[in-house]
Amino acid sequence: MTTAPDFSVVADESPGPVPVPERKRIALVASKGTLDQAYPPLILATTAASLGWEAGIYFTFYGLDILHQDRFEKLKVASLANPSGPIQVPNVLGAIPGATAAATKVMKKWMRDARMPEIPEFIQMAQGLGVRFFACATTMGVMNVEASDLIEGCDIAGAAAFLDFAADADVSMFV
Amino acid sequence: MMTPQTSLTPADTLDCSGLLCPLPVYKAALALGKLGTGDILKLVTTDPGALEDIPAMARQRGDTLLATEDDGATQTFYLAKGATS
Repeated sequence: MTTAPDFSVVADESPGPVPVPERKRIALVASKGTLDQAYPPLILATTAASLGWEAGIYFTFYGLDILHQDRFEKLKVASLANPSGPIQVPNVLGAIPGATAAATKVMKKWMRDARMPEIPEFIQMAQGLGVRFFACATTMGVMNVEASDLIEGCDIAGAAAFLDFAADADVSMFV
Repeated sequence: MMTPQTSLTPADTLDCSGLLCPLPVYKAALALGKLGTGDILKLVTTDPGALEDIPAMARQRGDTLLATEDDGATQTFYLAKGATS
């Protein structure tokens, strides 16, 4: 008498579908509106998204300039109270007209020579990878910024909405 | 350092010479996104940080770093796209 082959053992040993790992998450705060301080949150968020993480940046106070259509191409480097800045001069010279423009020009040249993207391009890269941009609603009210002043694709939100996102973050940083 | 594995046949090659962080990782992720599971990306960099960054990228994304070559000026990485990356 023949019996049907038993495939159950083989079936039990099959690995089954590969589980999809839970994505890591980074929550960043961008609070500074100078050119040099605009880069770190965008670099970190873009890298995190490239690693497959969820990434979000909360742009608050001067950091909101990074999302401002009329300002994000004109971010500047401070020539005063910036001992590590691109032009090394005493503060008394850093205060003269044109010093901020000179420091900004030097940093932009550094970035260009190093083939680093400018801020608007970084924003496009980040948005292309799905990085979430939270625009601080309080900053908008305090500084009279309208939704139409901001680049497209921002979530206008308060601290609660950002903290709701950040509560599940594996990494959080304040810039 | 792993020995060069010339038998590896890349499905795509990406030259990131002259680019600094985050561009090699950013561009490598975009290139890997277009490949199928197990396909090999050959990535060339000149950023000294890449020797740490690319293995970290592979760990985080779930890709496999098959081989690394480093002649001091140029680094070459062979990455196999993971099933979940």
